[in-house]
Amino acid sequence: AAGRENMELYLDLHSQPCRSVYLLAKRTGIPFTFKSVDLSAGQQFGEDFGKVSVVRKVPAMKDGDFILTESVAILQYMVEKFPQLVPGHWYPSDLQRRALVNEFLSWQHTALRAHGSKVFWFRVGLPPLPRVAVPKEKMDSALEDLKQTMDLFQSKFLKDSSFIAGEEVSLADLVAIVEIMQPVGTGLDVFEGQPALSAWRERVKKVIGEELFDEAHQSIMNVDCLAKTFQDNGMLEFLKPRINKMFT
Amino acid sequence: MALEIYLDLFSQPCRSVYIFAKKNNIPFEFKKISLLEGHQYGEDFGKINMMRKAPAIRDGDFCLAESVAIMQYLAEKFQTPAHWYPSDLQQRARVNEYLSWQHMAIRMHGSKIFWLRLLIPKIMGVEVPQDKMDAALEDLNGSLKLVEDKFLQDRPFIAGEQVSLADLVAIVEIMQPVGSGLDVFESRPRLAAWRERVRVAVGTELFDEAHKDILAAQEMVKNMDASKMQVFKPKILKLFL
Repeated sequence: AAGRENMELYLDLHSQPCRSVYLLAKRTGIPFTFKSVDLSAGQQFGEDFGKVSVVRKVPAMKDGDFILTESVAILQYMVEKFPQLVPGHWYPSDLQRRALVNEFLSWQHTALRAHGSKVFWFRVGLPPLPRVAVPKEKMDSALEDLKQTMDLFQSKFLKDSSFIAGEEVSLADLVAIVEIMQPVGTGLDVFEGQPALSAWRERVKKVIGEELFDEAHQSIMNVDCLAKTFQDNGMLEFLKPRINKMFT
Repeated sequence: MALEIYLDLFSQPCRSVYIFAKKNNIPFEFKKISLLEGHQYGEDFGKINMMRKAPAIRDGDFCLAESVAIMQYLAEKFQTPAHWYPSDLQQRARVNEYLSWQHMAIRMHGSKIFWLRLLIPKIMGVEVPQDKMDAALEDLNGSLKLVEDKFLQDRPFIAGEQVSLADLVAIVEIMQPVGSGLDVFESRPRLAAWRERVRVAVGTELFDEAHKDILAAQEMVKNMDASKMQVFKPKILKLFL
């Protein structure tokens, strides 16, 4: 409506849940203002962002006076608020299909997301855990966890369907793909030797749009300089304990 | 075929599903499984949920795991009172926000405390190092602070004036460390007041019944046969120690 402020999305595209929110909004034409929160500069801990979210995490959404965190909640909110823009398949109304989407969205937190993130940080080699200092058994264990999670993802959530909820893409596939791309950004090709998974990735990319997908993943595909960026920003000492906590 | 719900009331997400189904008079068959006895690894249960976790449901030939998904499914299928999962855009968002946040926050931290205080000493035969215990406690306190300061604030319930799935999921997780002998409500009057509101909203008898086992956990674990629980050792070493 004229005169109404755009929804604000607080994002850093290095972050998986920021990518899913960004992709849905862009793909469906939801009007929003991109508010950059540079995680490598610790902006999530700054005073300004603190007024938006006390949880100090991205993504965050500000729609008028209404502030919302958690990508899954934001995605569900966008689907509900913009039915004229977001086709129903993104969050199907059919009872069982929706349940399959919800089941994945719940499971992924402690599975794909947790293990993908861990492998990402171990392989990026961010001080205080430079890559060479990650004990071999910890690295192997993290890679094994990711492998098992990916196997389960395929055997349970994808099975023989084109997408997680059936024959059409949904929020579940969107959330899945951005999480899987995280370790890929470090040069770990989880799709290698996995034709079914690769085929699913191509289907999802096609629905989202190759150009948009690649644009959203540009920063994560260039993580070699990430460690240096943290260093250059003078953030290492400040972030050290917080990064440490992720692995213990 | 009746709706089957596979439950072990030691498990937080099983309690929320149980309370939700009973409170709303949803007809179901209670299929009891014992996680500490390893029933989730059996062949039959594998057909219900290949992720080997509880809760899980089988509704005709439709199987579903994940307590949040299960309750969203049941709420829709049985058209439970709207306050459980409000249709108002912002109220629903508040519920969804909590249901998403809690996995890697209160659920993780509360579970860890339960394992560190009760199960690990029993299974491994050693007390957990103090620094690990302190770190786990700090995490739990951080999560509890967010529950109070962000999710509740001055509202009676997380979504507003009425109880919802968010409060149910929150309370069962917070009760887990309580079961290990850590009274998190003692120094938190606001949280204790909220707990009472939730307890009254679901029905005190039902709430207490669902929490009977977890509140007797200290005694139960004491009497368990540690030799039968050695299957958990590798998981413990990996996750906690």
